[in-house]
Amino acid sequence: MRSVMSNARELMLWGLDWVDSRFPLTKMWKEQASEYYAPKNFNFWYFFGSLALVVLVNQLLTGIWLTMNYKPSAQDAFASVEYIMRDVDWGWLIRYMHSTGASMFFVVVYLHMFRGLLYGSYRKPRELVWIFGVLIFLVLMGEAFMGYLLPWGQMSYWGAQVIISLFGAVPVVGEALSQLIRGDFVVSDATLNRFFALHVIAMPLVLLGLVMAHLMALHEVGSNNPDGIEIHDNEDENGIPLDGIAMHPYYTIKDIFGVVVFLAVAAVIIFFAPEFGGYFLEHANFQPADSLQTPVHIAPVWYFTPFYAILRAIPDKLGGVIGMGGAVMILALLPWLDRSKVRSIRYKGPVFKIALTLFVISFLGLGYLGMNPPSPTYTLIARVLSVIYFLFFLAMPIYSRLDSTKPVPDRLT
Amino acid sequence: MSNDGGVDTNRRRFLTVATAAVGGVGAVFGAYPFLAAMQPSARAEAAGAPVEVDISKLEPGARLTVEWRGKPVWVVRRTPEMLSRLDGLGGELRDPNSDQDQQPTYAKNTYRSIKPEFLVLVGICTHLGCSPTYRPEPGASDLGSNWPGGFFCPCHGSRFDMAGRVFAGVPAPLNMAVPPYRFVGETRVVIGDDKGAA
Repeated sequence: MRSVMSNARELMLWGLDWVDSRFPLTKMWKEQASEYYAPKNFNFWYFFGSLALVVLVNQLLTGIWLTMNYKPSAQDAFASVEYIMRDVDWGWLIRYMHSTGASMFFVVVYLHMFRGLLYGSYRKPRELVWIFGVLIFLVLMGEAFMGYLLPWGQMSYWGAQVIISLFGAVPVVGEALSQLIRGDFVVSDATLNRFFALHVIAMPLVLLGLVMAHLMALHEVGSNNPDGIEIHDNEDENGIPLDGIAMHPYYTIKDIFGVVVFLAVAAVIIFFAPEFGGYFLEHANFQPADSLQTPVHIAPVWYFTPFYAILRAIPDKLGGVIGMGGAVMILALLPWLDRSKVRSIRYKGPVFKIALTLFVISFLGLGYLGMNPPSPTYTLIARVLSVIYFLFFLAMPIYSRLDSTKPVPDRLT
Repeated sequence: MSNDGGVDTNRRRFLTVATAAVGGVGAVFGAYPFLAAMQPSARAEAAGAPVEVDISKLEPGARLTVEWRGKPVWVVRRTPEMLSRLDGLGGELRDPNSDQDQQPTYAKNTYRSIKPEFLVLVGICTHLGCSPTYRPEPGASDLGSNWPGGFFCPCHGSRFDMAGRVFAGVPAPLNMAVPPYRFVGETRVVIGDDKGAA
């Protein structure tokens, strides 16, 4: 028995050796996992990076299975989704995993980005990690938007109509541009067909490339941590950071725990509330698209509503589009807007804490307003909150410099 | 190919730039078919036939919706009261005299129509393309006591009067479009074709 075991082990080592002399398998595993040292003080907020990867894999897998029965034509799309829901074995589960996954993707990504705000993870030398992240967020928004057209419901149709019309606000070339996106003079079969192509091929490819770049940049500069100090400033004689622990097995185990909890929550939603009261799958989308009748109350899915509220708040077409786009793109400037001497909120002063609180309130408030029909009072509130949203960024070079800071420790706490 | 001479960097730079330039031109020509393939196809271009509508059954104050080029087109039969309310609105509107090119020349008048009684409009908000709701009742409780009746866009709150003229201070930049149209006899309208006339 013993000799069989040792023979099998020898065979595996021989096989690994064979691969390693032709492909850097062991080398990569060491560099990226078993000898990649991460700060030992990661907390709750550090679950969301790995969770985002889990959701990405879920979207890819369920997406591939959905395409096996979905038909990207204006004639058949709505019915083929109903067909998946009713007649395809387990089709309902795969579709709900995909639709719930889309919303959970944004939950996870928003929390992941908020972690960056808390601990200054965008600061030098992690600017490119952050910028790749902003690009991922942007592509994710495009991916979600195009995916939402595919069921060809009322909200799909009119949502696409509104968002594509945004490009019409661009001076001079705007109309030609939105026609190029639609491939027709109105949102039609041609639009649906090309959105399908972009949703299942082009955008996922770009997304995967950006995720690779995000992770490569991260593993080049090393992870930040809740204290916002560099663990590589204190290394032992072998160059291993004193406050670092290997990603594998320590953080792989931690992340698996997070994944289990996350999947439990996701399962509850998928099985008991897949529409989530109209927030994940909007009620109007259970009606087939009708190009002659806009639903009385049209709102985007929840994850777009903060930006949508900014769009609505500005009483000018081009201005609204610039405001909406600017609200996303301004994130990319964060590494240069923050002039504080310290990275982490733990050592920042009261001004930053107040500013961040106001920012969170404005983001959530805009999200709420974006879901509701416009009224004069709501529009006024949306304008105030939009100003706060932008001031958080634009005034940051001033208040982050003036704010007091606490002394930063040498080692992790 | 001798190995003893030095590198002629000028020659090398020239060749690099020339190769890049030729390659760049090739890339532009190569990209053109891909962009052109995204334009509306010949079939989409052709699908714009005029639509003929019977308006004899349209009650005063009522609205009829027909589809033209995939878009909703409205025919509204306006009452004399509706028309009279249009006259005093000038100051509240962005473009009261329809100076922007949103209508055929024969509809560039106060009522933005050939016959004041019948309004023909493309039912698409000029903001972001939603189809506004028809709200003819003056002073509707949710639209304010000074609401003169008109069209309200549920998407972003743009307001238009009973001639499709946009109010100031709303997101929509332009009056709603009047399509080319003409009357055939007293009770029929052809939308999408005016024979350059009227």
